[in-house]
Amino acid sequence: MKLSWWKILSIILLLYAVIGGFLLPVPELSQLGETIRNLYFHVCMWFAMMILFTVSIVHSVKYLKNTNLKHDIKAKSYAQVGTYMGLLGYLTGGIWASFTWADPNNPAYASFGSIMREPKLIGAAMALLIYGAYFILRSSIKDMDQRARVSAVYNIFAYTMLFPSIWIIPRLLPSLHPGQEGNPALNFNDIDSRMRMVFYPAVIGWTLLGAWIASVKIRIDFIIEKNII
Amino acid sequence: MRAYNHFNALVKKEILLELRQQHSLYGMMLYIASTIFVLYLTIGNAEAEIWNALFWITQLFICINAVAKSFLQEAKGRMLYHYSITSPTTFILAKITSNVLLMFVMNIINLVLYTAFLGDPTSSYFGFMGISLIGALGLSLVFTMLAAIASKAMQQASLMAILGFPIIIPQLMLLVKLSKSAFSEIFRDGAPLQIVMLLVALDISVIFLAIILYPFLWKD
Repeated sequence: MKLSWWKILSIILLLYAVIGGFLLPVPELSQLGETIRNLYFHVCMWFAMMILFTVSIVHSVKYLKNTNLKHDIKAKSYAQVGTYMGLLGYLTGGIWASFTWADPNNPAYASFGSIMREPKLIGAAMALLIYGAYFILRSSIKDMDQRARVSAVYNIFAYTMLFPSIWIIPRLLPSLHPGQEGNPALNFNDIDSRMRMVFYPAVIGWTLLGAWIASVKIRIDFIIEKNII
Repeated sequence: MRAYNHFNALVKKEILLELRQQHSLYGMMLYIASTIFVLYLTIGNAEAEIWNALFWITQLFICINAVAKSFLQEAKGRMLYHYSITSPTTFILAKITSNVLLMFVMNIINLVLYTAFLGDPTSSYFGFMGISLIGALGLSLVFTMLAAIASKAMQQASLMAILGFPIIIPQLMLLVKLSKSAFSEIFRDGAPLQIVMLLVALDISVIFLAIILYPFLWKD
């Protein structure tokens, strides 16, 4: 089996992120403790999600330009993997929050109502709801060309409306989430230099893994639809 | 000039349709009245915060119902006719304008009935009315575009809600925040103006997106 260079790079980076993420030294902070290592997984999921959604948009624009159904399949697959990454981001975030934010006197799920009001969580929920709606919209249109066109339009419309919101909402609500101003973990004051050595490779690794999964899905879809495209 | 004439004719046609097909206009009014009556019976007198939240929720549902039918009632043949006589940009701008006008009327009816039944906790009624009009503008812009998208799919009415809710969240949050300034809540100097500017910027971007994207939805 011959793998292209970026797939090998993804394997190496992820091995490094997992092994290094659990073994390399991290700053000792009283509240976070060892849960700080979740940064290599939780934050990377959101980065991968946003990058994959952006790739999906690019393919939607390309579809509207030249109406080639291949671009529609690509847009759909990247959006699917992006949604999957987003769900994993929620899962890892939930584990993290249950150690740091949840009220220790009650079971962790009792804090759900107050945690969900976090601006970053609202933004993420909006992104996932939008892509949920995108898949419902796709499944409710029978004609292939029309489905591709209408869903591409919705994809572009929703994505461009999402971005100002991610910028607006944090300025309306108070937040416990790190990285209040701008992107968490990208800011140089937020993150220790030792952690940056693992964090950046981990982001690239997870994103490449997402692209890998998407490329497999795209190939399967191309085979299924080979009579049409 | 020609586009302008087309635009005028299309807006006029929409308004005439609303006035002649009375079931839709009076249906909307009855929808507002019965929604508010149900609210009145279930909650009675509400505190300012709940009053505000419920007002925007009713506004949202009224907008979905009022705007949804603007594309759903267009028969296939009529769309084809529009296609042959005018450009997509003119068409969507006319739809947007007529929907905004319709929503303004519905907004005033909603507000008057709402205060009649549920009381008036605001400290500046006309300030709140202005804010609700800004809200009606933003809501009808976004949902016109979504109605255009949903009209291509099955189960259009419920689909519009699914497509629209995640997109409208930030606008609603801004509006709820802004309307607190009509409840004599103290704001930082210039903060309400800042929110209004943000809402206007969002509205402008929706109009631009509609102009860019509608031509792709238009052709079948």
